[in-house]
Amino acid sequence: MKNKKQTVAMLLAGGQGSRLYALTKLRAKPAVSFGGKYRIIDFPLSNCIHSGIDTVGVLTQYEPLELNNYIGNGAPWDMDTMSGGALVLPPYVSGKTGEWYSGTANAIYQNISFIDQYDPDFVIVLSGDHIYKMNYNWMIESHRQMGADATIAVMPVPLREASRFGIMTTDADGFITEFEEKPENPQSNLASMGVYCFSWNVLKKYLIDDAEDPESENDFGNNIIPNMLNNEQKLFAYEFKGYWKDVGTIRSLWEANMELLGNKPKLNLDDEPWKIYTRNPNEPPQYIAASSEIDNSIICEGCYIYGTVINSVLSSGVIVEAGAIVKDSVIMPNTYIGENAVVEMTIADEACWIGEGAKIGASGDLDKIALLGKQATICAGEVIAAGQEVATGETYSTAKEDETCGVNASVVGDEAFSAFAKKGATE
Amino acid sequence: MIRDAFGLIFAADEILELRELVDVRSVSALPVGGRYRVIDFPLSNMVNSGIRNVGVIASHNYSSLMDHLGSGKSWDLARKDDGLFLLTPFAQKENTGTYNGMIDAFKANIDYIRRCSQEYCIISGSYTIYNTPYNEMMKFHVEKGADITVLTNNMDYEKYKGGRYSDVRLSIDGDERVTGIEFDPSLSLSPWTDMNTYIIRKDLLLYLIEDNVAKGEHRFASGVLRDNLKRLKIMAYKYDGYVARMHSVQAYYDFNMDLLDPQLQVKLLREHSRILTKIYDAVPAKYNTGASVKNSLLSAGVVIEGEVENSVVFRDVFISKGAKVKNCIIMPGTHVGPDAELTNVIIDKNVNIRRKTKLMGAQELPFIIRKGASV
Repeated sequence: MKNKKQTVAMLLAGGQGSRLYALTKLRAKPAVSFGGKYRIIDFPLSNCIHSGIDTVGVLTQYEPLELNNYIGNGAPWDMDTMSGGALVLPPYVSGKTGEWYSGTANAIYQNISFIDQYDPDFVIVLSGDHIYKMNYNWMIESHRQMGADATIAVMPVPLREASRFGIMTTDADGFITEFEEKPENPQSNLASMGVYCFSWNVLKKYLIDDAEDPESENDFGNNIIPNMLNNEQKLFAYEFKGYWKDVGTIRSLWEANMELLGNKPKLNLDDEPWKIYTRNPNEPPQYIAASSEIDNSIICEGCYIYGTVINSVLSSGVIVEAGAIVKDSVIMPNTYIGENAVVEMTIADEACWIGEGAKIGASGDLDKIALLGKQATICAGEVIAAGQEVATGETYSTAKEDETCGVNASVVGDEAFSAFAKKGATE
Repeated sequence: MIRDAFGLIFAADEILELRELVDVRSVSALPVGGRYRVIDFPLSNMVNSGIRNVGVIASHNYSSLMDHLGSGKSWDLARKDDGLFLLTPFAQKENTGTYNGMIDAFKANIDYIRRCSQEYCIISGSYTIYNTPYNEMMKFHVEKGADITVLTNNMDYEKYKGGRYSDVRLSIDGDERVTGIEFDPSLSLSPWTDMNTYIIRKDLLLYLIEDNVAKGEHRFASGVLRDNLKRLKIMAYKYDGYVARMHSVQAYYDFNMDLLDPQLQVKLLREHSRILTKIYDAVPAKYNTGASVKNSLLSAGVVIEGEVENSVVFRDVFISKGAKVKNCIIMPGTHVGPDAELTNVIIDKNVNIRRKTKLMGAQELPFIIRKGASV
């Protein structure tokens, strides 16, 4: 008996995400932290399970270790079911040859047999770099009702920004008449969200044809969609209304984090029927000391806050010592911020160590967000200018003799914590 | 790692001094420390020791306990072999499904104990809070050739002079052997207090259960320990870490306030071995403009728009603008309305505190608001 599924989701998680610089040096983009306790991939995976899609193929290629560990058997998203699951699909060797995924379409092509196991009517193709809450069922329903071969989720964007996106022109019924990838003179303001729904029998044929075309880039936006349009397949544009953000750049990732703040945030995650699931850390509650000041911020479990936190998002296990100021910043798990350090408009990756009195970044210019890579160590009193990047694992010191700041970088997360625990109550 | 032992947690303790807090739940399911329940401590101690087979004996009001434990997944106890067993009461020939004491409960669940393949049993009560794996205690038990080892701590009598609780005090000789036992003493000869945690060989436990049932004895401390001081080698293993006993509202309040010392909190909850608990997918805590938080523990899902001081705030609590919360314990799901003022109050789950409500207890007698109340 075939394990029939109406819909199978394929999540493209193989991109390098080079515009996130140090954040994606050792991990794939979908595994980047977001909103304190989440990672980007939590959003498409949670959307899937809430939409009733329990079979998701996660296509990985670039630095997959952290992502593979994170996804595991899919239990955090309730996908550890008997018939479905979140399955990591790396490129593999078949017969005597094997190849990397040469493009988004090729990644799906190489996994045709994975999809065929479930004999689905529809395949949805998602990307791992967008923050949004979306019920894919409504899109699939539109796809079915319109009798479309492919449906592309679109949303209106300001016309001046339209040239950054794939832009659709539609007829009166909402069928796509024209598709342009990043046009100079956009004809419309309907941008593709990178969420596609295909009738599997149609997509399969196009994937096979595409794979035989040596000229092809094996890409959905550049090849599959234009080919379908040329052959007059029915392509429907499904208009999505709601929050959606591409977090592929440092600036947009920072902005999306900031959009969680405020009494009425642009993106509300406290949404009972549409919870974003994540792999939760088992940490004690956060401790906020008498010396602290906190304004307009998000703080996670296991944090110890003695200093000032303003307009910031702090992940679990972050320590902010007395006198330190964290402002307009995104601090990822287990980072230590020493006494009287000032961190402004900065994204700090996991397990960074910021020494006493160091100054990182400056508020003001959105295009000058300071970036600290994973396990970066900033020695006491050092200054990192606005927009400057400190590489993953780097120890930043202007004094030659002080190359380690007295910190062993490989255990910086634990070491920071033990030092803190030994010192105990500073009150 | 201890592989040759199974755990038996007696979660049927009835402690009436906890008043309204245990009307709706057993003490083992009492929320503590911002995100835990009391049973997380004995359960985590067992799991952190390497134990992979734990039976939890429940009796009254156990629905919140069952809901919390589930399959045991949060403690890695959802296993193919062994794992977590919830042992709930049922009427049978010998009794009606209620227990007069630990022995009674063991007798009712004797089939579970017989079926366990491990040689040793680690027994734990459910109202004593501490964090230590049992590895050292097990080593001590084996090296000393003990029949039973009792975990004990030095309890400063001064601190507990406010009330007399059902303490069991142990007299211990120079070889760490237990030589005498006192029950609920008003002026004890010994500071060493039973921590309701014992190591015993399974076959000896089975014999002692039947032996005590035959004598009509229900209590473990009297039937198993006191009556066998000469016959068996009963040893005391001294524990010098932090211990809290949830035997009164005051003790419950003091323990939560103790956790506002970050040094103690780190030691008790995470430094060497971590206390595990059921995890909810709550959003991170959110501090909106107007929030002022001093010396407090807060959990995921809280939204703070008012003032919080010296308090322990559990998951999904909303503190509105202008509200002032001081020296309080607020359990999950409570909404504190605008301009409300709360001082020295313990608020149970899902309470609605209306706008401008003022409630004040004393530190020695905290005010309790029942689960689900609207004030």
